[in-house]
Amino acid sequence: MSCLSVSFPSLLAAKDNKNNSILDGSYDPQSHSWGMGIMIDKCIGCGRCANACKMENNVPQLPFYFRTWVERYIIYEGGEVVVDSPNGGVDGFKRRIHDKKILRSFFVPKLCNQCDKPPCVQVCPTGATFRTKDGVTLVDSKYCIGCEYCIQACPYGARFLDPQTRVTEKCTFCYHRIIKNMPPACVEVCPTQARVFGDRKAHASPLVRFMRMNKILVLKPYLNTEPAVFYAGLDMEVR
Amino acid sequence: MEHLAAHLWPILDQIQGYIYPNEVELYWRVLIVIYPYITGLVAGAFILASLVKVFNVKELQPTYRLSMLTALAFLIVAPMPLLFHLGHPERAFEIFLTPNRSSAMAMFGYVYIWYLMAVLLLEIWFDYRKDLILWSQQGKGLKKWIQKLITLFSKDISEKALKFDKAAVKVITIIGIPSAFLLHGYVGFIFGSIKANPWWSSVLMPIVFLFSAMVSGMALVLLLYQILMLSRRKEISMPTLDKLADYLFYTMIVAFSLEALDFIHRIYESEESIKIVSQLISGKLFVSLVVIQLLLGMLIPLFTFASIKLFRFPAELRKLLYFVAALLVQVGIFTTRWNVVIGGQLFSKSFRGLTTYKMSIGGTEGLLVALMFLILPFIILYFLIKILPPWKESGTP
Amino acid sequence: MKKILDIIPEQVKRLLIPVSILILSFILLRSFLIPPDFGKYGHYRASAVDEIAAKDIKYIGQEACEDCHDDVVAKKNMSYHRNVMCEVCHGPSAAHIEDPDGNKLSAPRERGYCPLCHEYIPARPTGFPQIVSESHNPMKACIACHDAHDPAPPEVPKECEACHAEIARTKAVSHHMEVSCTRCHETSEEHKVDPRNFRPSKPMTREFCGSCHAQKADASKELTRIDLATHGERYVCWQCHYPHLPESK
Repeated sequence: MSCLSVSFPSLLAAKDNKNNSILDGSYDPQSHSWGMGIMIDKCIGCGRCANACKMENNVPQLPFYFRTWVERYIIYEGGEVVVDSPNGGVDGFKRRIHDKKILRSFFVPKLCNQCDKPPCVQVCPTGATFRTKDGVTLVDSKYCIGCEYCIQACPYGARFLDPQTRVTEKCTFCYHRIIKNMPPACVEVCPTQARVFGDRKAHASPLVRFMRMNKILVLKPYLNTEPAVFYAGLDMEVR
Repeated sequence: MEHLAAHLWPILDQIQGYIYPNEVELYWRVLIVIYPYITGLVAGAFILASLVKVFNVKELQPTYRLSMLTALAFLIVAPMPLLFHLGHPERAFEIFLTPNRSSAMAMFGYVYIWYLMAVLLLEIWFDYRKDLILWSQQGKGLKKWIQKLITLFSKDISEKALKFDKAAVKVITIIGIPSAFLLHGYVGFIFGSIKANPWWSSVLMPIVFLFSAMVSGMALVLLLYQILMLSRRKEISMPTLDKLADYLFYTMIVAFSLEALDFIHRIYESEESIKIVSQLISGKLFVSLVVIQLLLGMLIPLFTFASIKLFRFPAELRKLLYFVAALLVQVGIFTTRWNVVIGGQLFSKSFRGLTTYKMSIGGTEGLLVALMFLILPFIILYFLIKILPPWKESGTP
Repeated sequence: MKKILDIIPEQVKRLLIPVSILILSFILLRSFLIPPDFGKYGHYRASAVDEIAAKDIKYIGQEACEDCHDDVVAKKNMSYHRNVMCEVCHGPSAAHIEDPDGNKLSAPRERGYCPLCHEYIPARPTGFPQIVSESHNPMKACIACHDAHDPAPPEVPKECEACHAEIARTKAVSHHMEVSCTRCHETSEEHKVDPRNFRPSKPMTREFCGSCHAQKADASKELTRIDLATHGERYVCWQCHYPHLPESK
């Protein structure tokens, strides 16, 4: 306890006063716009992100519910594409036995794209899912009626219905962490810094540098959802 | 935790290709198939009833009240499958409290209430008011009091009051037609506006839904009219039946053209999703889409109606053919809803794989509950007919 | 007023009673049931944000570990694992920091853990250190030779294969199986200890490959021969051919 108070006084304050509003003055949502960069060339497919996400956010430990997951793409000579994501990558990947020659192969971490124009928020009938001022789409689990319309509307498969609470769940960018200036759990544990988290509004942040230094692409740009998850080195086969 | 997802493990082995891990569970199941099917019947039956009042189609007069009651019976049931499907049905009222204006689904509550209260109930009330007053004067016991309650204890059957009733019915019908269009067109919009899903996302979706709704509603009234007349041992009026079949035939031609247009447009544009969609149609949806929806539900009935128009069949044979064709149409429209709702979720939004849907027998979203919701409207209709007999001869005593 | 009331037909007056009751009760219920903080920031319950913000943190971050285990963290921060946070291997540690003795952390000691990152998989980026565990000292625990906090191999690798398993395995079944790595890549000794800052060279001329494959080259007769003057004159050979598997298309 003592060592914590030295480095994280703000954290302790949060613990002491459970009801503290995020607008108590220490955090101003208006002044942030969170985003994530993902460098495909750095991802080694260890799946520690998917694993940590489940631990940090109490995501059901079943292979049907993920807030983030890792996909492996194998493109063979001749153009055949094989994609897999065994248990979302939580247990890592095994080498596949190939009878054909590989042209190229890579991993792609996926998560909620925290769209600037989120189709899920557009369709939510009650206002149970919403976009915060700092650019994160959240679900109010006490207000969600479980109609699953948002799950249908998400082009990225980023939402699921929690089998216990019967409400929709999704990636929050670890909202409880980022407002305390800590990176999301997936970013925290990524051993190769394939995931870069930061503030798009900041003058200088790892994300701003990432966006300066790379040619970036988002997933399904033609749907005009304007994602806040940016990929460097994205392959045409990734959907 | 394990038991909550027990039904999902076997599906893991049946996935073809790659689907996003969150897509193993198919979220909109058979109850969401039933919902557009039932609202379709409502809209269809109502539009049929409106033909009598607005366009003065004399031949259809015997089916007017039956259509109205059918629409009401199904409309009462329409929101129930939705409620059963919700993760938290007890929170459903939030849709009325804080409707999200950008959500097509949030408007459901208002469209539904408008249609139920302002259109159907009002029209039936004005149409039946005089009869109810007269019946309640003769009747006795519980029925008398129910009928009195329904009239809100009004007694005025003066010429002036009856004239007002007639005018009110006419005005409500005129408002009702766009409302019926709205009710079902908007159900189509719920699916058609999902840009994430290429199987649903189509500007034609609301209009395709609307015409298939009219087809199903007319076919249902045609079936009910024949069954009820037989059960009451009354003569079926052939001009009525022929006219009904006529309208059904013409509506089916429009519905078929729209569906064909949608299909051709998809193939011609041949967008990113075409590969997985053709895989879907030639595989998992072949029987329900090509065999049942297209062949049994559309082409064979169309051919039947066309040949009845071309050749002079005796009345008895016509009755039988109408009956069989209308039955096939019902099956066809139900699978249309199935193919839209379930079909749209069988392929991954990664367009790289297909999942599968296994309907359970029991449970809140199983076959038995689904059947219950399909039977319930007929039970309601039975009681409605008891209290509000739609037959002319039981009209003015 | 009386006149207006008279104009309204009797049945409509009666109808107005239940209708107005319905509308009024709806308006009343609505004002009563909507959460008071709904709509404060947008079309949602304001306290929902606070509820989500108040969730427990499990991964506390390396800075917290440093307060007690500064020696280990310092060692790790000088090693190849400098960017691997403590909790990647030791698990979420917030509970441990609250009660260090009550919530002990574990460390993966079995052979299965390190290959999560270091097993050879073709999808992994080239140059990331990967081994093939079936042939890499089988049965021996990783930590028997490697210190996870300073994972540099106990001996500087003799073979390129130790890190470049993907290339080695490809080349081993290709026509170039007999060609040693250093024949084409000039590699300084420093590369073995500081691979990113001392990179091996690549052949930069066509004549380099031509020393075996040109028509007049002094090499085995069975080798593929090409006319350097006419064959793809604008390119260095490896811009089209993959030298680790030259027969691939």
